[in-house]
Amino acid sequence: MIAIIDYGMGNKHSVYNALKYIAVDSIITRDAGEISRAERIILPGVGAFGAAMENLRQFGLEDILHEEVIVKGKPFLGICLGMQLLAETGTEKGLFKGLGWIAGDVVKLQPAGTGFKLPHVGWNDIELVRDVGLFKGLKKEKAFYYVHSYAMRPADENDLVATGNYGVDFTAAVLKNNIFATQFHPEKSQKNGLTVLENFVDWRV
Amino acid sequence: MLKKRIIPALLLKDGRMVKGKNFSQFRDVGNPVTAARVYNAQKADELVFLDICPTRESRQVVCHIIEEAACECFMPLTVGGGISSCEDIKDFLDIGADKVAINSAAVRNPELIREGAEMFGDQCIVVSVDYKTRSDGTRRVYIDSGKTEVDLDPWEHIQRCTALGAGEIMLTSIDHEGMMQGYDMDFIAMVSGMIDVPLIANGGAGRLEDFKQVLAETRASAVAASSIFHFTDQSPIKTRFFLSNNGVNVRV
Repeated sequence: MIAIIDYGMGNKHSVYNALKYIAVDSIITRDAGEISRAERIILPGVGAFGAAMENLRQFGLEDILHEEVIVKGKPFLGICLGMQLLAETGTEKGLFKGLGWIAGDVVKLQPAGTGFKLPHVGWNDIELVRDVGLFKGLKKEKAFYYVHSYAMRPADENDLVATGNYGVDFTAAVLKNNIFATQFHPEKSQKNGLTVLENFVDWRV
Repeated sequence: MLKKRIIPALLLKDGRMVKGKNFSQFRDVGNPVTAARVYNAQKADELVFLDICPTRESRQVVCHIIEEAACECFMPLTVGGGISSCEDIKDFLDIGADKVAINSAAVRNPELIREGAEMFGDQCIVVSVDYKTRSDGTRRVYIDSGKTEVDLDPWEHIQRCTALGAGEIMLTSIDHEGMMQGYDMDFIAMVSGMIDVPLIANGGAGRLEDFKQVLAETRASAVAASSIFHFTDQSPIKTRFFLSNNGVNVRV
């Protein structure tokens, strides 16, 4: 069973639908007991950093997630905003403290040159920095769907596993121990996205 | 490199998919969920569902269509038609839509754009702008599925909408829509060159060359179309091969 964390930010049902399609049981929840019983945890999210952190704290999820992911070491997947929240600080509409699981911060994309509209919306390729099992089986064209204006800057380059480019290189995915996170939306990236979700489900940390 | 997007537009009326010319003469073109399934198999980049006769009853039907489509189509889904409050936006996002298209309310209550962008993020607020060009060359915005003319220039309207937080603009020339004679190139080129958010060009595709023209000659981020996919043997998959072979950066 996978717990999809419900903290009032974004497209939790899309993640649920994608997992259902690949025949994986999941539950959309913010209940400590249910999260504790789950084998894996997904933190989805679309929206602004500050509001998201406030919601996580308000629902008591910061502590619950720390217990399950950091202390117990359950496999974890953060998606889009759910990835950015892992950083130490976010800079969207103010300065906010994140979960701090991945050293680094979240800053606005600053593409060099003209014609790079924000948000960065649409399909873009990723480049693998490290060949990790979570990306096995992708099509030759490694295109994924993105919607974001901000991206994480991990302080430790060992945490970086994939980059994208939009007038500037940005972090497409990070991996640290049992924590995996993507800036793109696997649940909206058709075949490649379902492959990443399947890999996450099969992932042995 | 960010790829240009190909977006089939599904017009809905009483739970069926329809298609017309210049926003009238609608005819039935099938079941929208079946069509969404086919477009998913043909690797469309996104889907846009627009309820052209929004009523309280049709809202439920549209919600049902989106819910069904969202179970099988793992790509961004945009839904529009009669969205006039943040509750409407939330309702659609909750059942699996990723973005909403706001048209009439963007004129009648522009603050909705700001409220929606603040509450849900600007990435999910698409403002859909329909317009006609008059004989003297000036343009006017239309709302209510093209039924009501507004004394408002579309470029002025677009600037206001983007300032309020619209994440994307979907631009439709009613004169070109359904005619399959190509897009309104001049205005698309102008608008896409000036705005800082992505522009989805809609209305007029009849040949694959029409897609190429927009994507190669303007700064539009995406093309939306429906007639070409309903009434010809072209599909998103053929479109992307054609565009890719002609040097347009699309998913293959």
